[in-house]
Amino acid sequence: MDFISQPWPWYVSGPMIALIMFLLIMVEKRFGMSSNLRTMCSILGAGNKNEFFNFDWKSQRWNLVVVLGAVIGGFIASNFLTPNEAVLISESTVSNLQELGFESAGKTYLPTELFGVSALSDFKSLAILIIGGFLVGFGARYAGGCTSGHAISGLSNLQLPSLIAVVGFFIGGLVMVHFLFPLIF
Amino acid sequence: MKTLIYLAIGILFGITMFKSEAASWFRIYEMFQFQAFHMYGIIGAALILGVLMTYSIKRFKIKSFYKNNIHFEAKEKSFYRYLIGGILFGLGWALAGACPGPMYTLVGAGYVSMVVVVLAAILGTYVYGILKDKLPH
Repeated sequence: MDFISQPWPWYVSGPMIALIMFLLIMVEKRFGMSSNLRTMCSILGAGNKNEFFNFDWKSQRWNLVVVLGAVIGGFIASNFLTPNEAVLISESTVSNLQELGFESAGKTYLPTELFGVSALSDFKSLAILIIGGFLVGFGARYAGGCTSGHAISGLSNLQLPSLIAVVGFFIGGLVMVHFLFPLIF
Repeated sequence: MKTLIYLAIGILFGITMFKSEAASWFRIYEMFQFQAFHMYGIIGAALILGVLMTYSIKRFKIKSFYKNNIHFEAKEKSFYRYLIGGILFGLGWALAGACPGPMYTLVGAGYVSMVVVVLAAILGTYVYGILKDKLPH
């Protein structure tokens, strides 16, 4: 149990992700998390107004069950499998983040400055959560997939479009962290 | 029965996302700062195994658990949608520190503010659907 309660090293986590993709392929489904966001739009009635959401969302119910599982998995991992949730990021990352004002760096799982309950009443952190989430949803559908669909499934199938998308993910991420973070925080 | 299989796979996925720390905003920041191997190791290991797996399934015509042939859909050929969409996604990934899978996981882990991120992601998806025909693909 000791092994499970520690953070999982990359050489355990990576193969676990491959195993999850393998299981989904073997039950004739595919590994893609962002398509659920489109399904949720359809369930909320977006199909009446827009063709893009007018599809048989019930055929995607299986993936929503995977999402439900991911929620339960997060609950189990956080409550029963992780006695100490501090993420031990590198020293240099901690000092970079402290310079930006993140005192929680190295001490918590998520920065409390952004994700703490009190941050929800702060206009700036709320705006960051909304803009971040919006870009993830918009960008994932525009690119036709996210980390699971492109970086893992698509690249595993040697798809050039997925490589372009992953290069895009990194351009966006690097611009955000290196150029925009100093302006935002 | 099938529903239970999907649920079990999802639970395994959620636990993996949380325990691997791929769901941690800090790890995503650290990755884009190139200050640790951790995230590259995770994605790299998953990818190497994924490539071998996909190749083997095609090469040896491995059947699914239900004894059917397995098809891999090719992604539609295009450039701009992948690059522009990818960049926008990357901006959001670094800012919110979570991609769609970890978002759901973090809601389960009890982060109420992650519900805001998920709702915003649904809204982003909806706005894309509205603007789809006006955007370069």
